[in-house]
Amino acid sequence: MGKRLRRTMLYVPGSNPSMLADAHIYGADSLMFDLEDSISLLEKDSARLLVYNAIKSIDYGETEIVVRINGLDTPYGQSDIEAMVRAGADVIRLPKTGTAQDVIDVEKVIEDIEIKIGKPVGTTKMMGAIESPLGVINAMEIATASPRMIGIALGAEDFVTNMKTKRSPEGVELLYARSKILIAARAAGIYALDTVFSNVNDEEGFRNEVKLIKQLGFDGKSIINPRQIAPVHEIYTPTQKEIEDAKQVIRAIEEAEEKGLGVISVNGKMVDKPIVERAERILELANVSTV
Amino acid sequence: MTNSVEGRIPDSIKGYEEIRNYLEPFEKGPTGRKAGPLLKQVKPGENKVLENIEEAIIKSGLKDGMTISFHHHFRNGDYVTNMVMNKIAEMGFKNISIAPSSLTTVHEVLLTHVESGVITNIYTSGVRGKLAEAISNGIMENPVVIRSHGGRGRAIEAGEIKIDIAFLGVPSSDEYGNASGRGSKTICGSLGYARVDAEYADTVVLVTDDLVAYPNFPASISQTKVDYVVKVDSIGDVKGIASGATRYTKNPKELLIAQNACKVIVNSGYFKNGFSFQTGSGGSSLAVTRFLKEEMKSKGVKAAFALGGITKPMVELHEEGFIDNLFDTQTFDIDSCQSIIRNPNHHEIDACMYANPHNKGCIANKLDVVILSALEIDTDFNVNVITGSDGVIRGASGGHSDTAAASSLSIIVAPLVRGRIPTVVDRVNTVITPGETVDVLVTERGIAINPRRTDLIERLKDKGLPITTVEELSNMAKDIVGKPKTIQYTDKIVAVVEYRDGSIIDVIRQVK
Repeated sequence: MGKRLRRTMLYVPGSNPSMLADAHIYGADSLMFDLEDSISLLEKDSARLLVYNAIKSIDYGETEIVVRINGLDTPYGQSDIEAMVRAGADVIRLPKTGTAQDVIDVEKVIEDIEIKIGKPVGTTKMMGAIESPLGVINAMEIATASPRMIGIALGAEDFVTNMKTKRSPEGVELLYARSKILIAARAAGIYALDTVFSNVNDEEGFRNEVKLIKQLGFDGKSIINPRQIAPVHEIYTPTQKEIEDAKQVIRAIEEAEEKGLGVISVNGKMVDKPIVERAERILELANVSTV
Repeated sequence: MTNSVEGRIPDSIKGYEEIRNYLEPFEKGPTGRKAGPLLKQVKPGENKVLENIEEAIIKSGLKDGMTISFHHHFRNGDYVTNMVMNKIAEMGFKNISIAPSSLTTVHEVLLTHVESGVITNIYTSGVRGKLAEAISNGIMENPVVIRSHGGRGRAIEAGEIKIDIAFLGVPSSDEYGNASGRGSKTICGSLGYARVDAEYADTVVLVTDDLVAYPNFPASISQTKVDYVVKVDSIGDVKGIASGATRYTKNPKELLIAQNACKVIVNSGYFKNGFSFQTGSGGSSLAVTRFLKEEMKSKGVKAAFALGGITKPMVELHEEGFIDNLFDTQTFDIDSCQSIIRNPNHHEIDACMYANPHNKGCIANKLDVVILSALEIDTDFNVNVITGSDGVIRGASGGHSDTAAASSLSIIVAPLVRGRIPTVVDRVNTVITPGETVDVLVTERGIAINPRRTDLIERLKDKGLPITTVEELSNMAKDIVGKPKTIQYTDKIVAVVEYRDGSIIDVIRQVK
């Protein structure tokens, strides 16, 4: 398989042992253990310890482990980073990323710890959640602030509040932010992840939103309940026809390369680089989906 | 075929006469003739309606040492069992054997009658609450005999349980004893367990709070079986008798298990037009019905019948045309209770028709797929649904072993661990259902197929299912919660578990 899929990133409160123990069984592409907003001030330390031990002792298999830390402007950020780098989290997710400096500051702490514990520098990846108008404006700088950055994500709840509005089913209020973040991610060559949809019982609304963000071009979505995994994966799964077409394109291009041909056509349509890349993406998505 | 329960059963058990060890599911057949109740006559003009329970007890001729029976169609809302036993105790009777179809937590007050020697034997499907704890702690001299629903029907027909008097609560009856599960005050749906008692007890006393005009038809229990009718103020708590709206689980783990179980069914080879199934009333089990509905819809598959405890999801499938017939021994919720009145193909059946292994063919024999739960399941696929992780009785045998043995495909749905307690273990505390009758175990972490079912292993492979082995699941459970300490028991046997054919499959000992 080619690149890692990040269709679903499942929030797991870091203070809940049974959820930490089971979170990976539902098949999300990534798990995001949260030390930030879902954890009360009284539980910050215990949640950190719990997540540390979960990562150290539970076999999460191929699932990517992301930890959302508290910002460095809080009393917990530094300890969070230290514990999670030591535990071996794959990705540190920064909350409320407003500027490139936010990324650089966290990277510095990560690097110091990697050096201290003898871990190859750069092992721990990073991603930033953009949750403010400032962050949206700075999306490109944030996305390119560190080679550790694997993605940027929209955090819509804070954002819409800052924008003096609220979320709507159609999501028109998020259109600019989503587009801006997506373009920045694409320009930086990293992943773009969409915000959560918080009404777990509104499956239809959720599906509509997933269709929308897939059409925009997002790689996936942060989710808050295992029940949201299946709809996302289903919507991101290519249809049988799409898979067949993609296979045909790849076969044609391989043949053309063997014969040393430049431009080719499949079923009367010209096949060029973007079409090949789209076909490759479809096959990547199809590979992990049980169609 | 060897069975997986060897070494569990002692040579002799105090208070239990003949020991016949379980060998294999259909090894022990019936002999002789059916037992029958006394011949009796009620002449024209004679009155069956009595003033109160006390008069019924007197007229029935209750004596010390007799066996009386009750049913559990009123579940946790039952007033009748306690009402009758309190009166019997008050009247000074001793040494009574009770043979309820099952006991729930509402019956834990019977403990006082066990302590005082009014009740000295209990034959039941299950026991719960304080009474169960006391039994596990050795309060009774004679062991409780645990039977499955089919096994109880069999034992009654075979005369192994001889019911002297059956006290049967009914939601409505006329003065001549035509009784129904629908009444103006309460509604319980099927009276499937009670019908067996009515058929074989020497004396049948109906207890109702809705005495209606003759004739009360259609009747679940008919006048020719009934000696007396007693009207009381209330036979039960409506809320406890039939739960309100059956709610679908939102627990993601239960949903994941249900989804996997549904995939097993769909790919098993049994999922085709005219198939049949049974699901229980637990979270995962109910959810299986829901997922199955989607599959039936999309693949255009209809079921010939659904069996068992009937729940709302089955009723919905029936009314939407996906299940032709519902066979109902026990009706679990209010929607199903209304369905049995409303829908002509929602049929009431008695416990023998449901699952008695020693008759000319019970409906369970025609069952394709059954979904069952488990407190514990071991690496031999033996299932325990009666004792907890502390060795204390806390459940019921129910139709578990009946349907596992009689169906073509038995699927156990259970979480790998519950809190700190493993569900998949090396050896279950108590065997209710032998491993040789269990085909598939579905947990949230993987699916194990009984190695005996090579056909299923073949059919379910490459279907995108997380197939593993039961040993692997047991190891996973150990990795998560460790290996529990062995439970300490004394030598005293507090309960005997009969298999559905009347052989002994296990014993339960007193906990230390």
